[in-house]
Amino acid sequence: MNNLSLTAAKAALMNCPRCDLLSKYKHSQPIKHAVCPRCGAAVHLRKPNSINRTWALIIAAAIFYIPANIFPITFVTSLGKVQSDTIISGVIYFINTGMWPIALVIFTASIVVPLLKLLVLSFLLVSIQRKSSWRPGDRTHLFRITEAVGRWSMVDIYALTIVVALLKLGFFATVEAGPAAVYFAAVVVITMLAAKVFDPRLTWDAMESENE
Amino acid sequence: MVKTMPLIACHECDLLHRARPVPEESIAKCRRCGAVLYRHKRNSLDITLAMAIAGLILFIICNTHPFLALKQEGLIQETTIITGVKELYNQGMHALALLVLITSVVAPLIHLAGMVYVLLPLKLNRMPWKMPATFRFLQTIQQWTLMEVFMLGILVSMVKLSKTATVVPGIALYCFLVLIFVMAGTTASLDPRIIWEKLGHTHE
Repeated sequence: MNNLSLTAAKAALMNCPRCDLLSKYKHSQPIKHAVCPRCGAAVHLRKPNSINRTWALIIAAAIFYIPANIFPITFVTSLGKVQSDTIISGVIYFINTGMWPIALVIFTASIVVPLLKLLVLSFLLVSIQRKSSWRPGDRTHLFRITEAVGRWSMVDIYALTIVVALLKLGFFATVEAGPAAVYFAAVVVITMLAAKVFDPRLTWDAMESENE
Repeated sequence: MVKTMPLIACHECDLLHRARPVPEESIAKCRRCGAVLYRHKRNSLDITLAMAIAGLILFIICNTHPFLALKQEGLIQETTIITGVKELYNQGMHALALLVLITSVVAPLIHLAGMVYVLLPLKLNRMPWKMPATFRFLQTIQQWTLMEVFMLGILVSMVKLSKTATVVPGIALYCFLVLIFVMAGTTASLDPRIIWEKLGHTHE
C-alpha cells in the first residue's frame, strides 16, 4: 500500500480536532458519541452535517447582511439635529472629507470582506457538491484565507463602541449606535461560525473517489 | 508497518503523514495541501507561560486605565473598554454590548488566566485539575479573542474623532499595543502537542 496517498478516513482513523490523536473508527459504534481517548473532544471522520450547516449559516448571514446595509449604523445628534448614517454613507462621508485611509479600512472590513466570505464559502460548497476536482490545493488555500480574515470585519463595531463612549452629553455632538450595528455584528459572528462548521477535507474527498 | 512511527493526519485534507521530528525553527507542512501540520518550538512551555503572565499584568493595566480621552474646550471625556460596553448597554444595544464584552475582555482574560492555570502546574510536573476539558475550552475561546481587531478599531476611532476634538492617548493604549504582541506571542510559542502528550496516551 502506498502511504503517500492514504487518508485517515480511508485507514478508518478519526483525527481529533483538538489534540491530533488518531483513533479507530468503529462501524458498530454510533458515530455521534465517539470521543477522543486522550483529550475527550468529540471526534468524527468528517465534521457532522458540514455542508448543510455551512449553507444554513451562509443563508442566515446573507439575510442579515441586508438590514445591516439598509438601516443606519449611527445616529449623530448635533445642535438638535439628528443625522443617521448607514455603513455605505459613512464610507462616502470619509471619502468626501478626504479621509481615504479610514474610508478604505471600513469599506474593506465592513463591505468587501463579509461579501467575499459569503461568496467564497458558497463557491467552495457548490464545488464540493458538484464533486469538482478543480485545483483542490488552491481551494483549500482560499478557505484558509477566508477563515483568517473574517474576524477583522469587527473593526467598525469596535470603533463605534469607542466613539459612543467618548462622544457623550456635553460635547457638541453625541453618537448613538443604530439598529444596523446589531445586524452587522450578527453577520460577522455567523460567518465566523460558518467557517468553523465547514470541513475543508470534503474538497479532497471528491479527489479520492476519482482516483479509484 | 504503519504503526511503527506515530501518524498524524492533515486537518485540512486528511492525508496521513509520519510524524518525524522537525529541525529547530522549522515547520512540517502537508505534502498535498500545504497546511501546517506542526512546528518545532523551542522552550515552548517556558516561553508561553512567561508570555501569559506578562499578558495578565498588561491586561489588568489596560482595563483599569483609560486608553483614550477626548478634549474640547475644557471638557474631558475618558474611556476604558468597559465604559464603551456600558454605553452600548445603556443605549439598549444589549446583545452588541455583550459581544464586545466577550471578545475584548472576557475571552482574552480567560485565555490568559487559563494558560497560566494549565501551564504553571505542568511546569512543576503536576497535572492541573480537569486539564483536558480546560485546555480544549481555551482552544475554543481563543478564536473569539479579537483584541488585535479592537486595536485597529481604536485607531479608526482616533482618526474619526480627530476632526471634531483633541484625542489624547492614555497609558492603557500603549499597554494595549504591547499586550497584542504578547498575546500573539502566547499563541505562537505554544506547542499544543507538548501539552497533550503530557496526558500520556500515545498514538494508537
